Amino acid sequence: MNLRQLKQRFMLHLDPILLAGLGGFMFVSLLLLYSASDGSWMRVLSQFINFLVGFAVLWIVANMPLHYVMRAAIPMYVLGTILLIAVALFGEISHGARRWLNIGVATIQPSELMKFAVPLMMAWYFEKNEAALTLKNYFVASLLFILPVGLIVRQPDLGTSLLIGASGFYVLFLAGLSWRIIIGSSLAAIISAPFVWPMLHDYQRHRIMMLLDPSQDALGKGYHTIQGMIAVGSGGILGKGYLSGTQTHLDFLPERTTDFIFAVWSEEFGLLGNLLLMGLYIFVIGRGFIITANASTYFTRLMAGSITLTFFTYTFVNMGMVSGILPVVGVPLPLVSYGGTSILTLMLGFGVLMSIHTHQRLVKT
Amino acid sequence: MTRKIELKDHQREIYFFRLRLFLSIGFTAAMLFILLLRFFYLQVMRSDYYETMAESNRIYVVPIVPNRGIITDRHGVVLARNYAGYTLEVSPEKIGDMNKVIDEIGKLVEIKPKDLRRFNKLMAERRSLQTLPIRTHLTDEEVARFAAQRYRFPGVEIKARLFREYPYTDITSHLLGYIGRINQQEIDVLDTANLAENYQGSDYIGKTGIEQSYEKEMHGVTGFEQVEVDAGGRAVRMLSRTPPQSGKNLMLTLDAKLQQVAVEAFGNYRGALVAIDPNNGEVLAFVSKPGYDPNLFIDGIDTESWDALNNSPEVPLNNRAIRGQYPMGSTIKPFMALAALHYGIRSPTATISDPGYYTLPGSSHQYRDWKKDGHGRVDMFKSIQVSCDTYYYGLATDLGIDRMHEFLDLFGFGKKTGIDLEGEVSGLLPSTAWKMARYKQIWYPGDTVSAGIGQGYHLVTPLQLAFATATLANDGVAYRPHLVKEIQHSPNETQPEQQPLFDLHIPPDQLALVKSAMVAVTQPGGTAVGASAGAPYSIAGKTGTAQVVAIKQGEKYDARKVSEFNRDHAWFIAFAPADKPRIALAVLVENGGHGGTTAAPIARKVMDYYLLGKLPQPSLAVAGKNAAGRD
Repeated sequence: MNLRQLKQRFMLHLDPILLAGLGGFMFVSLLLLYSASDGSWMRVLSQFINFLVGFAVLWIVANMPLHYVMRAAIPMYVLGTILLIAVALFGEISHGARRWLNIGVATIQPSELMKFAVPLMMAWYFEKNEAALTLKNYFVASLLFILPVGLIVRQPDLGTSLLIGASGFYVLFLAGLSWRIIIGSSLAAIISAPFVWPMLHDYQRHRIMMLLDPSQDALGKGYHTIQGMIAVGSGGILGKGYLSGTQTHLDFLPERTTDFIFAVWSEEFGLLGNLLLMGLYIFVIGRGFIITANASTYFTRLMAGSITLTFFTYTFVNMGMVSGILPVVGVPLPLVSYGGTSILTLMLGFGVLMSIHTHQRLVKT
Repeated sequence: MTRKIELKDHQREIYFFRLRLFLSIGFTAAMLFILLLRFFYLQVMRSDYYETMAESNRIYVVPIVPNRGIITDRHGVVLARNYAGYTLEVSPEKIGDMNKVIDEIGKLVEIKPKDLRRFNKLMAERRSLQTLPIRTHLTDEEVARFAAQRYRFPGVEIKARLFREYPYTDITSHLLGYIGRINQQEIDVLDTANLAENYQGSDYIGKTGIEQSYEKEMHGVTGFEQVEVDAGGRAVRMLSRTPPQSGKNLMLTLDAKLQQVAVEAFGNYRGALVAIDPNNGEVLAFVSKPGYDPNLFIDGIDTESWDALNNSPEVPLNNRAIRGQYPMGSTIKPFMALAALHYGIRSPTATISDPGYYTLPGSSHQYRDWKKDGHGRVDMFKSIQVSCDTYYYGLATDLGIDRMHEFLDLFGFGKKTGIDLEGEVSGLLPSTAWKMARYKQIWYPGDTVSAGIGQGYHLVTPLQLAFATATLANDGVAYRPHLVKEIQHSPNETQPEQQPLFDLHIPPDQLALVKSAMVAVTQPGGTAVGASAGAPYSIAGKTGTAQVVAIKQGEKYDARKVSEFNRDHAWFIAFAPADKPRIALAVLVENGGHGGTTAAPIARKVMDYYLLGKLPQPSLAVAGKNAAGRD
């Protein structure tokens, strides 16, 4: 096998278009982290390693035939659910939330695993019952995501439960959940809102209140939102220039390497930069939709659609909360925010997307 | 057939899926469009607003407090100065449990109960966002100890700043006053005067005395530094700087050494002394006894010390020299004599026979002379020399109260002198109109009789009497009494010369008569016989007694029988050298009894020091004991 063949074999199950988009994100992430961390090469290097691990996982998953992936559905889902229950029982509390589980060698956050396991499990379930789908199947599928979401809401972790809930809903929606049920349950949700309100945690209620009027507690709960909006707004059309954001470099922006990294981008590169970054997201999401549209099986269609739409949801919620149209719920900017777990889960998803695309291409030819 | 249906189902399924996918794409596009609109709103439509917000986030304007001007006496002796030191300041807004934090601080830096009491008082009267000193004057060791633990105390910091100090403490207290922490009322005043901006960062303002009346000059102009700060409020770099302009230094007309001599001359007596250079109105000594330590007030006085000062029967906080009002007693006589000459109702040579009392026509009420058997034949000269009451009972009756009022008004009685201190009172110069307005009563002839010897309604402040004496000494040409000789200025600026306030144009022969009689007062045969004993210069003077309690008809005043605070006040006014006066003064000794005995020796020590540079000898203190009787 010569070098060219080796390269061919290596690239066999990768989608070059999607890969280019992901590489673009790596570039953006490293560039931005250097600024957001005030020139910390350690931070950049650490994120670079996160990406390398992420790409490795992506390559492995992409090369996996899909029935391997499907076979992992039940074990992953069951393990994830057990871990979530374990967190609820003996998880470690940090910053007022019980999200982490100490398993001796490391502290893990099982909800991250569920971001992938929930849509996988649901897609597998629909595939299994494809022959004769009844209302009962939709009901069971709903339970499959409502159970973990419920556990995660209790931790409390609004951001993650929102994303997992969304990914589950996308599977239901794409699987053909009847419009009557969608509209009916939406109405029910609106009507029940006043009853859910008192059940929310204080910090969640505060965050929602702050969304409505962040200025009422400018130094307290509304601080994140206000400083984020100032960073975005003061960026103007062209931005203040790379490494020149005052909100960023004078510490006004909280969590600027993680959840609020988009504000750094906005401040330094302005509206023009935002259009560019959004273009990159649209490019990747668009590619995801194309893969979804071309997916050949029920399972792959549901899985690809859910992964793509969840990725979009990530993006929308993060940009929305930084620019002040959504409450601050703690969702990172996908593939840009600092953090290994989030990159790993996302790359896992993109690996599945590539596998879906390349394996069926092979089948066709 | 079955295969066909299956296929059809499959296509149907794909069709429905693609429909759902298409809807999802539409949803995605719509949401991203909303985000774009939001970015457009924030970054284009509202970008100016957010740019301003970002700027105000990062730029702090830090005021730089100017150094307060220092105060020196006329020879450059420092009376109020600044020195650098450390305080431990607390921002109450940033502190949750104040008591706990103070306890913790107390483990590092000693906090005395006195500091705590003062701090609590400041807490009660603080304005928002003000930092308050929990401890002042930290030692280097304390600074080092706290600095090492500083991270444990957010909202508590060490500040280096200048402290005000008054080295002469109680000797100059009533004259210099003191600075203290700005209160809400003063902020309001500054606000209305558009001065609030110049007081950003200033914690202190002149509260009384010179510190108050020359606040504007001594405060200086606040400088500003534009500093870029991070979210923690730490300065990152300086953007621009407008340096502060230090406050102007003041040179007083006061002679510090003379002031000290004057204060010490009082011994344990309470009272006041004002010495003026009659040629220009410069105040050479300004005493109100007892004084207090103004240094106590600067960072807020603790309750205990405050109560001690405020409740003392000696009222040390009262500035007697400008706020004490006393009957002027026989010190009125030289002025009454001038009035009689002015209106032509007495010839200098005309004599009366003094039986020791005076009766109004048609009345049997006896107005007694201080000398029981009378002074015999008395002319104008002798009336001043021996302080004959009977002479002035009759003179006043002939003059009438309204002409008295008119003439004494010329010398500045009954109105403020306009000295450069706040809080001066105007005394009281009675008239028929005044009594009608004040008491709805007509003026009785008897009122005039006692007014003639400076008793009754007529009240003066020691400053007023010193001013009138200076005017007399300077032949009727008056200068406004003032304490500040020079405000620091650039060499090319010229300070305005002191212009005379008024000239009474008193005929020289009248002046000569009264002045020579006043010289005689201090010589053998006069009421202050010891006052000029052994002096190489001539002294013109007049004694006086201000009654504190009225003596009943037929009773004799006996100092031993009345309690200390009810004894008469002693006056002495003087100027010297008599022929070419360089100093004029008024001395009041509260409950001092005889003017010649207690007040004149004080005046003598002051004049000796001022004219001869001679420090008082202990033996001099008894000179006044030989005075011929009282008054």
